[in-house]
Amino acid sequence: MLELKFFGRAGQGGKTAAEMIADSALDEGKFTQSFPEYGPEREGAPVKAFVRINDKPVRLHCQIQSPDIVVVIDPTLLECLNVTEGLKENGLLVVNTPKTPKEIREQTKFSGKICTVDGTKISREIFGRNFPNMPVLGALIKAKEIIRMKSLENQIICIFAKKIGEEKTKKNIETVKRAYEEAQIDG
Amino acid sequence: MAKKKKLQAVCPVEHGWKTIKPAGITEPGSAEELKTGDWRSQRPIHNMEKCIHCLQCFIFCPDCAIKTTEDGKFKEFDYYHCKGCGICAEICPVKAIDIADESESLEKEKKENKQNAKK
Amino acid sequence: MPKNKPKPVKGRDYDSMTGADAVAFGMRQINPDVVAAFPITPQTEIMERFSQFYADGIVDTEMILVESEHSAMSAVVGAAAAGARAMTATAANGLALMWEIVYIAASTRLPIVMNVVNRALSGPINIHCDHSDSMGCRDSGWIQIYSENGQEAYENTIFAVKFAEHPKVRLPVMVCQDGFITSHSVEPINFIHDDKVKQFIGKPKPEFSLLDVDNPITLGPLDLFDYYFEHKRQQIEGMENARKAFLDVAKEFEKTCGRRLQYFEEYSSKDADYVLVVMSSTAGTAKEVVDRLRKQGKKVGLIKPRLFRPFPYEEITKALEGKKAVAVMDRSASFGAQGGPLFLEISSAMLNSAKKPKLCNYIFGLGGRDTSMQDIEKVFEDLMNGKPKALNYLGVRG
Repeated sequence: MLELKFFGRAGQGGKTAAEMIADSALDEGKFTQSFPEYGPEREGAPVKAFVRINDKPVRLHCQIQSPDIVVVIDPTLLECLNVTEGLKENGLLVVNTPKTPKEIREQTKFSGKICTVDGTKISREIFGRNFPNMPVLGALIKAKEIIRMKSLENQIICIFAKKIGEEKTKKNIETVKRAYEEAQIDG
Repeated sequence: MAKKKKLQAVCPVEHGWKTIKPAGITEPGSAEELKTGDWRSQRPIHNMEKCIHCLQCFIFCPDCAIKTTEDGKFKEFDYYHCKGCGICAEICPVKAIDIADESESLEKEKKENKQNAKK
Repeated sequence: MPKNKPKPVKGRDYDSMTGADAVAFGMRQINPDVVAAFPITPQTEIMERFSQFYADGIVDTEMILVESEHSAMSAVVGAAAAGARAMTATAANGLALMWEIVYIAASTRLPIVMNVVNRALSGPINIHCDHSDSMGCRDSGWIQIYSENGQEAYENTIFAVKFAEHPKVRLPVMVCQDGFITSHSVEPINFIHDDKVKQFIGKPKPEFSLLDVDNPITLGPLDLFDYYFEHKRQQIEGMENARKAFLDVAKEFEKTCGRRLQYFEEYSSKDADYVLVVMSSTAGTAKEVVDRLRKQGKKVGLIKPRLFRPFPYEEITKALEGKKAVAVMDRSASFGAQGGPLFLEISSAMLNSAKKPKLCNYIFGLGGRDTSMQDIEKVFEDLMNGKPKALNYLGVRG
């Protein structure tokens, strides 16, 4: 079983990103579970979302204590939360940041694989606004292909096409692909 | 004013059931100690030269995060509580408030602190 | 982001949904005559989704947006008395506000189906899961079914319609699932085909209807020394009948919809020496623990009651007799009692058994406190080490 933990700020789309990963895996024939951690969150407050991907039905209904992958959508969270808590030593840490993986390693003291991408910059250049949740998914897939890019594209079309129109949906896919290209990996 | 103690965005859990006060009774006004500044992904930067001290920002700030001087002028932002909503920048009639990226600002702050330490 | 799916992705009979969505999806298939809705966390999502179906004209339901839960229950009582198939949903304090009418629904013998998304009762204010809300009204005369996950919540909801309307039962049914843990967790849900659901539930056949002007009746009269006791005895009989009717309806459900419903699920428990009894979502986590300990050669098992009212005491007794030790896990406290509600039920079921196992109780997960695999492993360890206390608290800081 593969367990993922997303750190983001309420309103940044962490829950959507987690659901997209889960739904893409479901499309690929896996069993999945995704759930956010609900608290007194307001826009900007730190929130967590979780994903489980398995070959058998997921029966666990407890929180994820030692994830295989941690995805940090907002770099400022590295300052106020211990994001690598419980993360498996041979796990993967994906961070949306202009910094290099080496700098993040220094900051977090995490010894496993680290992947960084400046998703905020990519999003600002393509959308003119900061939607950091999609670029980190591109980086995540590059660092570890837990789902195929094609499945994620299908999900993006499925969820966004009706809601925000074809053009913006294409832009979302573009941010994911550019993040995939630009992501830096260490370890 | 120095804070007595600074709590995390989520209060640390440590006390057992035998030592806590009953019925969820807590310190009065303890919400003030919640560091909502942790919720910020962008921060307001004040430009004293442009500021006309109209205090529109003070009126509109939903978090009372604008500190004023005794004679009723803009003093500084209370970054412990400011959530970075940007209403102050929006309302400012003379555009004396800029919105900057929080992570970049933090980096800058760190560098400045280092330099100050060297000095 | 509201994902409203009236139908799963083309060509497949499953899709990812929250437990709340799954229930709303089931309600769409049931197509009730009347639905009364009032929001309360974490139930709100069910009615939010269902009202979308209503707004899109996908269901024929008369949707009543009421001003409180007390009104919601009153509205469905009125609708059911008029012969309509009526549904509502609530949680925690909402259920508490319904209280008065909850009893009236049961004693008026109205087959209402209500989804309860289990949440801790205030105070202190808490929005997360425990069973204090539905357990509080375990003596209200409602049938209660508990769900491990969204899949079960979905199936239980459809099943409940037919079960409630069974001519020998005619009692309201509460379908419970764990707030947030399953109601807001996205999991693949395996659907029953629309036609099969329609075929299974059939058309409502009310015994009486207030709208049947050719056969007028008086409903809810004053009932003092003269008949109250007799009516209550009848109501008790209805609940007793529900025990047998459950099996009949379950058989039909399996035949038509291909899904199996039992009083309780026995997981590796038949040859086990040490058994855990726990309801709802925690049973899923416990199954993983059972598998892990079985691999180590330990003879452990799990029983997950699905039907709590009426309580299948004879069957549970048979299933637990001869075990070395049994731990009952309760997600609510019964203040001043000898243990939680499920424990009390099981202890009294085992009262006259000659092969009574050692019984102990664990109160856990109040206010949504996470129950990990390690926590459950600890319960099994206590059992196997032989000396657990009669009443224990799992996961509370001492």
